[in-house]
Amino acid sequence: MALWAALAVLIIFGGVIVSLVFGAMPAMKAFGLGFITTEAWSPTRERFGALAPIYGTLVTSTIAMLIALPVGIGIAIFLTELCPRPLRRPIGIAIELLAGIPSIIYGIWGFFVFAPWFQLHVQEPVATALVDIPVLGTLFGGATFGIGTFTAGLILSIMILPFISAVTRDVLETVPGVLKEAAYGLGSTSWEVMWKVCLPFCSTGVVGGAMLALGRALGETMAVTFVIGNSHRIAPSLFAPGTSISAAIANEFTEATSELYRSALIELGLLLFVITFIVLTCAQLMLMRLEQNKGK
Amino acid sequence: MIANSALYFRRRLANRLFIGLSMSAALFGLVWLTFILGGLLIDGISALSPTLFTEITPPPGSKGGLANAIGGSILMSVIAVLAGTPIGIFAGTYLAEYARHSRLAFVVRFVNDILLSAPSIIIGLFIYELLVVRMGHFSGWAGAAALTVIVIPVVVRTTENMLILVPNGLREAAAALGAPQSFVIKAVTWKAAQAGIVTGVLLAVARISGETAPLLFTALGNSGWNWNIGKGMNEPMASLPGVIYQFATGPYEDQHKLAWAGALLITATVLLLSIIARTLENKKRT
Repeated sequence: MALWAALAVLIIFGGVIVSLVFGAMPAMKAFGLGFITTEAWSPTRERFGALAPIYGTLVTSTIAMLIALPVGIGIAIFLTELCPRPLRRPIGIAIELLAGIPSIIYGIWGFFVFAPWFQLHVQEPVATALVDIPVLGTLFGGATFGIGTFTAGLILSIMILPFISAVTRDVLETVPGVLKEAAYGLGSTSWEVMWKVCLPFCSTGVVGGAMLALGRALGETMAVTFVIGNSHRIAPSLFAPGTSISAAIANEFTEATSELYRSALIELGLLLFVITFIVLTCAQLMLMRLEQNKGK
Repeated sequence: MIANSALYFRRRLANRLFIGLSMSAALFGLVWLTFILGGLLIDGISALSPTLFTEITPPPGSKGGLANAIGGSILMSVIAVLAGTPIGIFAGTYLAEYARHSRLAFVVRFVNDILLSAPSIIIGLFIYELLVVRMGHFSGWAGAAALTVIVIPVVVRTTENMLILVPNGLREAAAALGAPQSFVIKAVTWKAAQAGIVTGVLLAVARISGETAPLLFTALGNSGWNWNIGKGMNEPMASLPGVIYQFATGPYEDQHKLAWAGALLITATVLLLSIIARTLENKKRT
């Protein structure tokens, strides 16, 4: 019985792959590899290309990682080394609460509260300040809507922050005390102990945790759907609306009337699954190596 | 000596900078938390009213409640937990008790961890292909099935983790008394890991009560409520997160208010569940 239950897990996994491939078949036959490299997305003319959603997914995740990685590690260091003891638990729990909030809540909050504020107090000043600078001007230029690719990336970063800081904190705690004491004994500052002793010691764990977080960011649906703006084109400005794989599926699936349209959306899902599978596998392998080292 | 003091100064400066940065990182996280919870409380509490629980979702422009959505969410979650928990517990038991180091266990563990973090919208697509296309229509059953697929990996993971913590001496003692392995597991290891397994189930409930993406094209949504549960499950069914999504993205002010009220309800439920789970876990450790 226990064996059957364990096999059920494998069957579900296999079922996911088979059903996605099966569902994506018509689109794969119609567009071939060109699906990944074309930007056109026109349900009326039955032309579908995945470039814009793929671009959106990658860009939002990159923005999220660029923000969440340093901040998450910073939080972990603060909690393990610098925070006064009585505050450690409450602050740790508070950060973990961020992970417990469902993604639709981030979505509705981002849409109604954060985006208007962000547009008024960040996007407009930044866009005006950078307008004459060549590259930055394009990257952060154009009309500001509040919602858009950058906003989605920012909200994603808040969502994955707790994952990175939780894993980093766990691995920082595995650093043997003697190692730290030895470094302090040589006269190192806290910064030097952290940067040159602790983080190199547990770099695999930190990278593994970051990959797990990246996996979440890539597949996150509801929060992104609310704030990304759902526009199927690749805009040069990060402030412009875009779309991501998951947002496109969530938004259009129930409206997809033709067989080919639905199939194209399922193929998007298949692509997302493949991408996250690769990222998560890397994360697993790294964390596994960490487990083994711990055993030695 | 002068070169030395310059070096000291630089190192001390770097250290100050670093401490300042990691403090501001922690502050950054806390500020967002207060921002989000604050916004939620302000907009949510003003929208709360007793009719939320007694009236069904209204058409645009009129007042109403969320009763059908709350009912749908509870119903689908209960079914998902009832279906998913046994499978999850048995699979976790297999991994921890029967085949801890076998190759099959390694693969199952690996696949389970992938499923645990796989995008939930993919699960929605899977159930759509599996059930909705076959049955020809959206239904509460499909929604419950999608949630089941999300429950299983969570329960598998926590069950295995908790069973591994059970000391081997207990198992050996029971086996030495002549108990067969199945009885040892039933009467000894499960008992010892009980609190942990309950924690896992609570976490799974917390996880699915906020899930939206897998319900969008399985349960779809429904503006009514069928008291004939068996028949109702076979029709499209409303869910709280689904209604929030639908109402928040619409243009009507009344519906926005309901969406906020729903958001507050969900967050309160989820946070309450995770706090209960956490206290259970801590009680076990001490």
